[in-house]
Amino acid sequence: MGSGADSERTLYPYVTGSSVVAIKYKDGILMAADMGGSYGSTLRYKSIERLKPIGKHTLLGASGEISDFQEILRFLDELILNDNMWDDGNSLGPKEVHNYLTRVMYNRRNKFNPLWNSLVIGGVKNGQKYLGMVNMIGINFNDNHVATGLGNHLARPILRDEWNENLTFEEGVKLLEKCMRVLLYRDRSAVNKIQIAKITEEGTTVFPPFSLKTYWEFSAFKNPAASAVGSW
Amino acid sequence: MFRNQYDTDVTTWSPAGRLFQVEYAMEAVKQGSAAIGLRSKTHVVLACVNKANSELSSHQKKIFKVDDHIGVAIAGLTADGRVLSRFMRSECINYNYTFESPLPVGRLVVQLADKAQVCTQRSWKRPYGVGLLVAGLDESGAHLYYNCPSGNYFEYQAFAIGSRSQAAKTYLERRFGNFNGSSREDLIKDALIATRETLQGEKLKSSICTVAVVGVGEPFHILDQDTVQQLIDAFEIVSEEEVPSAESQPPSEEDAGAGQAPPADQGAGADQGAVADQGAAPMDI
Amino acid sequence: MVKEQANWSPYDNNGGSCVAIAGADYCVIAADTRMSTGYNILTRDYSKICQLADKCVMASSGFQADVNALKKNLYAKHLIYQHQHNKQMSCPAMAQLLSNTLYYKRFFPYYSFNVLGGLDSEGKGCVFTYDAVGSYERVGYSSQGSGSTLIMPFLDNQLKSPSPLLLPAQDAVTPLSEVEAVELVKTVFASAAERDIFTGDKLEIVVLGASGIRREYMDLRKD
Repeated sequence: MGSGADSERTLYPYVTGSSVVAIKYKDGILMAADMGGSYGSTLRYKSIERLKPIGKHTLLGASGEISDFQEILRFLDELILNDNMWDDGNSLGPKEVHNYLTRVMYNRRNKFNPLWNSLVIGGVKNGQKYLGMVNMIGINFNDNHVATGLGNHLARPILRDEWNENLTFEEGVKLLEKCMRVLLYRDRSAVNKIQIAKITEEGTTVFPPFSLKTYWEFSAFKNPAASAVGSW
Repeated sequence: MFRNQYDTDVTTWSPAGRLFQVEYAMEAVKQGSAAIGLRSKTHVVLACVNKANSELSSHQKKIFKVDDHIGVAIAGLTADGRVLSRFMRSECINYNYTFESPLPVGRLVVQLADKAQVCTQRSWKRPYGVGLLVAGLDESGAHLYYNCPSGNYFEYQAFAIGSRSQAAKTYLERRFGNFNGSSREDLIKDALIATRETLQGEKLKSSICTVAVVGVGEPFHILDQDTVQQLIDAFEIVSEEEVPSAESQPPSEEDAGAGQAPPADQGAGADQGAVADQGAAPMDI
Repeated sequence: MVKEQANWSPYDNNGGSCVAIAGADYCVIAADTRMSTGYNILTRDYSKICQLADKCVMASSGFQADVNALKKNLYAKHLIYQHQHNKQMSCPAMAQLLSNTLYYKRFFPYYSFNVLGGLDSEGKGCVFTYDAVGSYERVGYSSQGSGSTLIMPFLDNQLKSPSPLLLPAQDAVTPLSEVEAVELVKTVFASAAERDIFTGDKLEIVVLGASGIRREYMDLRKD
């Protein structure tokens, strides 16, 4: 291994995005993420889009290193362009994109040069809903609801309680907002500028950013150390 | 003495704008024993004639499975055909590895054609001397393609290549209008009859032909010899009873036959069904 | 002060337990469906069992991404085998292939712990058990994965395999009937799920017999 190769490796992330939460609902997939980009614990960027449509049938959400995510988007642009250039009526669906990304992530970890992301892939094709995840070392799976990062700790218990297959769009959005609110309160790198995206048989919509209504007057928020007895 | 000055290598044009070496390769396809393909909306059937090189030898394999959803029948240089089917197999495996879904048939055919094309433009290469009928099923339905040594490819409803394939083509041209709605069994029957046309009077037996099917709910597979023999027997009996002329056929019964038999994915019950169909419309042959 | 910094490892352990039991004319292969990372559960319904050939089933735990790559590798190699030989691979052949595939990555191993179960060419149940770098052995029963330390001694106690040192070699297949073997598998998993936090949610059982393949499920603890 030359020292040149070493210096091209990601040893730790620079600018990172926080959790992505996604669920299946009646007509397709809903995904939510905030728009913050953290440089360590500095809130460096405040308007980063982490939910992107890929081709006709797929929606991709990412947490982790933002630059790596944007590199992945370039790979996918090329993939979809090549797919479209055949112009034969065939197109890659969410399952194919998920599998492709799994290969990319796993190959990079094999080269000890990972893409520092957790990716959420959702989509609908031929009436089939699809929701899956891949992380930086290639672990991948499908589920009815997924969440990356702290979302796995804070959002998924809520989803396990309240999710069901026949959620309407409104119920789905409400559920995601509930998850995002908990994350906003408890994930220090979360910001209150949130995007929700949906994908159905008809296509992808990424809704304009919005803020959640919050209430910070809980006594535990005002004086979090009130009941903590200690020297500090 | 006259000698063609423009056929000593592939990359030399004739003044008439022809590439003789490529045309010779296409000639090799015509020399090979016949291969036939036809398709409905849901199924594709491939058939070929097996000719042994000598009394003492067995015949060569001319139909290859490429993947669960694709198969090929070849005419021409069998050795070249094997190389190309190996290429196709590996393309399918690679695509499946990255996407976990089957390679669309049309794309494989283009890759194959591009590979053949390269050989028409390199001085140190030789065109493949084989024609391939590619049968496959994908999201957009059943497909039948013909790939030839020139790098051209065509999609067909039904086609025949190889020696005396003209007779089969004539038969198919007369009948192809109904193929889209045909049942699996009718398709196989037509494949066998078309195969028989190329034999010029020689008796059709399962030992000298191979039949393969791919379709909805049915991965590509080569029918075993017993099944093929049963199917042949079924319509041979019928044809002996009836006038063996192929011309006249009442369209009403034909349509009814095609309409009532849904393209069911049946394996074992297939031969039985075929026998029953024969009874219903015996005047096809 | 040490800089607070994310770090990564190319490996993870996603937990899970696998069991296989061979009988005279059957083979039972079972695994739970929980996939975890550390104290997190990633999903509660991930199958660790994969059918590699008609009469050959593999159950794998360890690092899911490696297991996945291993499976895809074997699947592709089996396809090539089928094209070349016009038949399905036998279970002992697949066992050797799995060993070679694992050893091929001896110096950057697949972090996967496998049991391979199936029927041999005589229709007798067979079980092969592996380590991550490919050493393997044909046995009558085996367990791999996070709960194997709990399950294996229990199986030893219940099944009392004849010593492999005996001469002439004794048959390793268990004397149990198929129904008894399935019951035993359910018991060992219910027990393992009590103590092993990486085992739980659901049990998937695959039974290979002369008549074909059958699947069964049983709920396990979800906590």
